[in-house]
Amino acid sequence: MREIGEREVEWIAEGAAVLGTGGGGNTYLAGLDLRRLLRQGARVRVVQAEELPDDAFGPVLSGMGAPTVGIERLPVAGRFGALVRATGRALGRDPAFVAIGEVGGANALRPLSGAAESGLPVVDADPMGRAFPELQMDTYMIAGVPPRPLLLNDGKGVEARLEGVPDPWTAERYARALTWAMGGNAGVVVGVVTAAQVRAYGIPGTLSLAQEIGRAMERARAGKRPTLDAVLEAVPGGVRLFEGKVVDVSRRTAAGFARGHVVIDGLGAWRGERLRIEFQNEYLVARREEDGAALVAVPDLLVLIEEESGRALGSEMVRYGLRLHVLALPAPWELKTPAALRVVGPSAFGYDVDVAPLPGDLLGRAAPAAVGAAG
Amino acid sequence: MHVGVDVGGTHTDAVLMDGRRVVAWVKVATTEDVATGIEQALAELVRSASVPAERVEAVMLGTTQFANAIVQGRGLVRVGVLRLALPIGTAIPPLEDWPPDLVRAVDPVVRQVHGGFEVIGTPVAEVDPEEIRDAARAFRAQGIRDVAITGVFSPVDPSQERLAADLVREVIPEARVSLGYDIGSLGLLQRENACVLNAALGDVAERVVDGFSAALRRLGLTARLYLTQNDGTLMAADLAKRYPVRTVGSGPTNSMRGAAAITGIRDAVVVDVGGTTTDVGVLVAGFPRPAAVYVSLAGVTTNFRMPDVLSLGLGGGSRVREEDGGVRIGPDSVGYRLTEEALAFGGTAVTLTDAAVAAGRLALGTHPLPPGRDRAWGERVLAEAARMAEEAIDRMKTQAGEVTAVLVGGGSVLLPDALEGVREVVRPPHAQVANAVGAALAQVGAEIDRVADLDPAHRAERLGALRQEAMERAVEAGADPATVEVVEVEETPFTYMPGHQVRVRVRAVGDLAALPAPAGR
Repeated sequence: MREIGEREVEWIAEGAAVLGTGGGGNTYLAGLDLRRLLRQGARVRVVQAEELPDDAFGPVLSGMGAPTVGIERLPVAGRFGALVRATGRALGRDPAFVAIGEVGGANALRPLSGAAESGLPVVDADPMGRAFPELQMDTYMIAGVPPRPLLLNDGKGVEARLEGVPDPWTAERYARALTWAMGGNAGVVVGVVTAAQVRAYGIPGTLSLAQEIGRAMERARAGKRPTLDAVLEAVPGGVRLFEGKVVDVSRRTAAGFARGHVVIDGLGAWRGERLRIEFQNEYLVARREEDGAALVAVPDLLVLIEEESGRALGSEMVRYGLRLHVLALPAPWELKTPAALRVVGPSAFGYDVDVAPLPGDLLGRAAPAAVGAAG
Repeated sequence: MHVGVDVGGTHTDAVLMDGRRVVAWVKVATTEDVATGIEQALAELVRSASVPAERVEAVMLGTTQFANAIVQGRGLVRVGVLRLALPIGTAIPPLEDWPPDLVRAVDPVVRQVHGGFEVIGTPVAEVDPEEIRDAARAFRAQGIRDVAITGVFSPVDPSQERLAADLVREVIPEARVSLGYDIGSLGLLQRENACVLNAALGDVAERVVDGFSAALRRLGLTARLYLTQNDGTLMAADLAKRYPVRTVGSGPTNSMRGAAAITGIRDAVVVDVGGTTTDVGVLVAGFPRPAAVYVSLAGVTTNFRMPDVLSLGLGGGSRVREEDGGVRIGPDSVGYRLTEEALAFGGTAVTLTDAAVAAGRLALGTHPLPPGRDRAWGERVLAEAARMAEEAIDRMKTQAGEVTAVLVGGGSVLLPDALEGVREVVRPPHAQVANAVGAALAQVGAEIDRVADLDPAHRAERLGALRQEAMERAVEAGADPATVEVVEVEETPFTYMPGHQVRVRVRAVGDLAALPAPAGR
């Protein structure tokens, strides 16, 4: 068990933006909410799943909706704390911890507000290890943890509780529609997990990883070193994929997704080459422009670091002329099992690409033999 | 004829223009009180041109005074801050991300009350008139008359902000009210920040505008007075008193607009080389390309559109060092002490100006250069300066291929006539007062930023209404109705969500009546 303060929140925010792989929403407002809670004396404690008894359980918390709506409605004080209490009411037993639904982007911070408001610790794990756009792209769901209860809070005093939701696809569809009706922005609980389930199916240590990435980046900045080096030190399996200047950006919106691609003209060691990155909110596939050959694909993480600021760049911010470094970080092995790849692999996003996942693991762990054979 | 005035940190420039022709110009030191320097500059300008005062039809002022007031926290008034958002928006109260010093300078009284809209146009909550009157009474009790009102999604529907303003005026008849939808775009916190800054400038705005008007009268000038805004358009003086914050980023804008006006070039990279820095910006259809992200003003995040400018530590006073067999220029500069500290003036600092003298590009100075500072050295240093400019130009380009570069500013002689990635280098006349020229030739415009339901059945009609509103606002701001046109329509859909809600930004621009149409190119 450890406690985090304002500095750690800033590190987590910066690291979560890296793990957001271009999506996941801006961490600025969620960070301000948490800072206020800490200054008011609230405490945020982080526990490892191993410290908790097997049958202890917690709600999986996240925010849902359009980032463009979030910047108007702002975070609502007490919303995630209310969702924790609602979970207790729905199950007739009080939760013992708070679980993170998505460690990439702003959703890394929202459960911490829930922890601060409820007094419960947050468990250092999540079911994505990055940002994904939809609820079913989640290792708890892939393992068969039911999305029950499904709770939504509109921030105005209305709480929705959906019973009997059979599967994560249904949860995604209903929650998305309700979120829109609630004003395009909701706090959600998608099921509960026990500590045993977090240990079995969750990706451990991802909150700490976000914090470590952010801390290393801040240290690099202070030492006038490139922040991308810091990211690669924090994620030893990562590689520098490309460096260059954006020469083309194309965007369109389809079915609620900001789809598009970026073309980067190589500089330095990559002069004379071009890289194309396709995105749907998150960066999903990197291809050699010359022949279209895929080099890296989801679930591996594509991270664009803007040279001047040294910060991870959201896909909505990419524009012509920016100098970028492209990093590829290996997905955690939990996302590379055959069952997981069906849900979070390239085909789940409509890409027909055949590319071997990057060797290694986001957290530097040795993969279980079964996964190594499959990968 | 028109007078353009640009008040900068070190110099106050003024130009008298007849149509697009510069009749006279002056450059004086900016004075501590600003007004004296402006009056001196104008007096000298009118005298040197020997033009009857009544022939000056309009005076356009670009000034850093409002930005300085915010940065220094000086002259700001207490603000009553009203946020219409309850029961939401509570986790981040108004001014939450402000630097503590500036919060103290504004010393706000903050009230969060019920109200606001959802993105689809339904209310978050209805306005409770008594709640707002109560807040206004609290402001009045503190002697506050400057009130900033911001509601959730007010760009979707400004009716609650307007209603709240009426209720505040019931209680405080002399209130000066700033409304969020009038000032900023989407992003509640950033719009509210800009709105509060605007309200805090209430006194400074009246003092600057009234003081300037009085100076014009003393000089016998009956001309209409305008201030230049961040986006390069004009705002009539009485509007500027109400919206001072819209002028805080007008300096680089005026310089770029001046370059466009003098040359008639509408699409180009503008390189403004000064004593300490080089500012590189991009003209698109005659206007500076706006920055894409939130703009920080004295540590406060705001979301009005500022010109996208890349600043390099490269100027006439930049220090030059030899490093690892190469040359390094800047970012530090001897600045205005160039004529004491540079080698060519008998000093010990090696500057970019010395390199230009060594290379034979400039003939100035009082002392011969020491041994080793020969032509070859000078050319090596200037080549590095050119490389830095080339890289900056490349970064700022909006598309691949070669561009036209317009070089302005006193230090532009340090750059060569041929730059990589540049089709043509243009050095306009009067480049040293391009900013004042830009002010004198500024157009009038308006921008609206709304969320609209553009379902296919109503799309054309609703977009048409927004275009009409932008044009009406431009006319209200002083544009000649016959010349007003919509110059930009930008649609941004909402991601992760169904429906046809789209964020629409529409900008309309027209000429100030009696000003000749821009030449175009």
